[in-house]
Amino acid sequence: MPDPVKFTIDGLALSAPPGTSVIDAAKKAGIEVPSFCYYEGLTLVAACRMCLVEVEKMPKLMTACTLPVAEGMVVRTNTPQVHTARKYMLEFLLTNHPLDCPVCDKGGECELQDMAFRYGAGESRYTETKVHTPEKQFSPVVFFDAPRCILCYRCVRVCDEGMGVKALGVVSRGVVSEIAPNHGDHLECDECGACIDICPVGALTSGTYRYQTRPWEMTHVGTICTHCSDGCKTTLGTRNDRILRGNNRDRSGINGEFLCIKGRYGFDFYDHPDRLQAPLVRKDGKLEEVSWSEALAAVANKFQQVLGEEGSFGIIGSNHTTNEENYYLQKFARQVLGTNNIDHHRTGDVVTTLDALSGKTGKLATVADLYRAKAVLVLGADLALEHPLLSFQIRANYRHHQAHVYVVTANPVREDKYAAAVVRGRDYASLAARLKAEPDLAILFDDSYKGDDIRAVVEFGEQLGIPVKYVPLVDRSNSRGAVDMGLTPELLPGYQPSGQPGLHYDEMAAADLSVLWVVGANPLKAGASRKAGFLVVQDMFLTETAAQADVVLPAACAYEKNGTVTSGTGELQRIERAVNTMGAKADLEIIGYVAREMGAAAKMGPWTPDAVFQEIRGAVRGYNVPMPVLVTGGAAGTTPINGRVAADARPDLVRSDHNGLFASGTLGRYSKILNSVVESRQSR
Amino acid sequence: MTFSPQLEARFATLLASYPPGRERSAMIPMLLYAQDELGSVTDELIAEVARRTGVTPLQVDEVISYYTMLRRKPAGKYHVQVCTNVSCLLRDGDRLFEHACQKLGIENHGVTADGQFSIEEVECMGACSWAPAVQVNYEFHHDVTPDKLDRLLDELKEKR
Repeated sequence: MPDPVKFTIDGLALSAPPGTSVIDAAKKAGIEVPSFCYYEGLTLVAACRMCLVEVEKMPKLMTACTLPVAEGMVVRTNTPQVHTARKYMLEFLLTNHPLDCPVCDKGGECELQDMAFRYGAGESRYTETKVHTPEKQFSPVVFFDAPRCILCYRCVRVCDEGMGVKALGVVSRGVVSEIAPNHGDHLECDECGACIDICPVGALTSGTYRYQTRPWEMTHVGTICTHCSDGCKTTLGTRNDRILRGNNRDRSGINGEFLCIKGRYGFDFYDHPDRLQAPLVRKDGKLEEVSWSEALAAVANKFQQVLGEEGSFGIIGSNHTTNEENYYLQKFARQVLGTNNIDHHRTGDVVTTLDALSGKTGKLATVADLYRAKAVLVLGADLALEHPLLSFQIRANYRHHQAHVYVVTANPVREDKYAAAVVRGRDYASLAARLKAEPDLAILFDDSYKGDDIRAVVEFGEQLGIPVKYVPLVDRSNSRGAVDMGLTPELLPGYQPSGQPGLHYDEMAAADLSVLWVVGANPLKAGASRKAGFLVVQDMFLTETAAQADVVLPAACAYEKNGTVTSGTGELQRIERAVNTMGAKADLEIIGYVAREMGAAAKMGPWTPDAVFQEIRGAVRGYNVPMPVLVTGGAAGTTPINGRVAADARPDLVRSDHNGLFASGTLGRYSKILNSVVESRQSR
Repeated sequence: MTFSPQLEARFATLLASYPPGRERSAMIPMLLYAQDELGSVTDELIAEVARRTGVTPLQVDEVISYYTMLRRKPAGKYHVQVCTNVSCLLRDGDRLFEHACQKLGIENHGVTADGQFSIEEVECMGACSWAPAVQVNYEFHHDVTPDKLDRLLDELKEKR
């Protein structure tokens, strides 16, 4: 580490490593140097000139963002000259700015407003007519109002550098220069909305949020996105029990400010008109709306009756319900219904991975590890489409730390562009020599690696002679949690062997069970007919499975309940209720009410998320996480076992849906925005 | 997209003039040479230059829209550029430009119906010592008066 450089800013004697910019050094010392174009993590452009500071022995004001600190440098940020420069820059930026703040989406949380308030001049000398151009729609998601733009290039850079998409540019010059999309009049991109979120003004606005509300009218609820397994935090802005937008401007989650289209806009399935809002019971062959008490009684009575007749039960749980719901459901199945026929749709072979890593500690890479690892090996997965956050982290790691990325996939992927080596196919062993020379490594593999393939990958990784961490990629928001909570016949919570036989997901759907109880899954998606004598389904929508049920119980979605979920990389995070949908209940509550109706409430214990989570902390190794971390919206790493898993992992049951950026299983089917993007692409 | 062997040779030299991975540095000269051959920068050319320099077509468009000497529409066979920057302005360059427009019957950036002439008001061409200056294609003309310009344009008209 080279010696720190000593300098002063505003009379404070400071020191920082060589290469630190004046703006960063000032920020660290608590001195604000205003800027628009400077953005942590993105390249420098020095376009906005807001960060001008006075530097002794330099003939003119310098941009603090591009000026590295130097030995003995004396910087002043609080002089009349600097204040005047800021006033002039703001006056200049406002020359053509429409000042339509009263109707602008950004009004109230606009950086230009804040800067004008704090540093701006009271009046402008410009009396000329403002240059105006009409707004443009770049895509279903992105709208552009050129007059509001201050040309800070943040959107252009975040799209190129952050997302690796390069869909935005700046065309023309001078007063008529403006942001342009990559396909003439429209965008073809990930539709992630990062450009909108990063825009300091209201130039780029969101198709779903624009003109909906004033920012200060919203309540902000930080929760976890319910689509893929990456576990991004999304801050939902709600008003009058409606979600108006998702973003992560406070950057408090494991995803920093990253969100893909699903996290930012894909919440809209929650108020789809097809949402179930009353329980349905089949009467004379038709599903009819009934009261909750009638529906719960029908379920409980049937369960009691089948228990009395010693009939058979099958329970299919979900890979997107909470840990508490999963834990409570398997407890109900095993302790109240006395069956081991319990499973869920498995999307990655977590079990084999944990077994192969038994006896070793710290072997599972977290999202943060992917940003720090010196080298990353991607096996099979198209991360940019299926795990956009992990792709973003690895890209950022490459940009900021020059990490070496090795890609071994069947088809071209976005990581190819900056990969140290690309192998088409599965021959990762050919990279052995290069990988051995790396200081450390993170290996990610998708569901095309399971069972013995995973053991081979782990064996390969462990003989490299360097520290290696692994990520077994899974699909859904709580796929990992479902296995951890014992939603399989082979395993109890915490990977303890059940020692009992039990039917699997597909077997249950096809078996002549007395009762099949499906919670947040759609096993009859492909059009098969139900075989079970009595079918109970808990879901948000009338899925193919629910349509064949005897009783359908309307479930709350992830944005309408509390609990915890575990990301694919093992981070345990809390989800928090943002809104309510009348008539729907959280799955945990529904299971609890069924237990109460059956007189099993005492056996099952309370059905509040906090109480169940306390039980999980005791029952599942690795889940005894520090509560302050969780409660304050943080992520806690989990390692649910560190020993052999004494059960068959059944890798043959693992199959990922490989949902891309604009698909998300049943939820995706009911998301207007995801569908509108797909449609707009098809119509071109 | 195919170009003449001469242009291909120029492209090859240009692309080899920069370190590997910096091929985009050759973008502007490539566009200028290609424009001379094709008459303007076409969508096809943008895609081709983007491919060869390893950037996106939008990045090429950013450059084209910034530089006035890169044209998306074909100019006339003789592209008349009249300077109206300070030195030329002091020597009646603005009137010379208006005269040229009237003579050719077109406005700034216009092309005559027969495609022979186009006109453009330009900024400093570095010929201040002999202002007002006019450039036709790559030829300079100094101390231009309306009479001299008439003669020049008539000559070119006859040349065809």
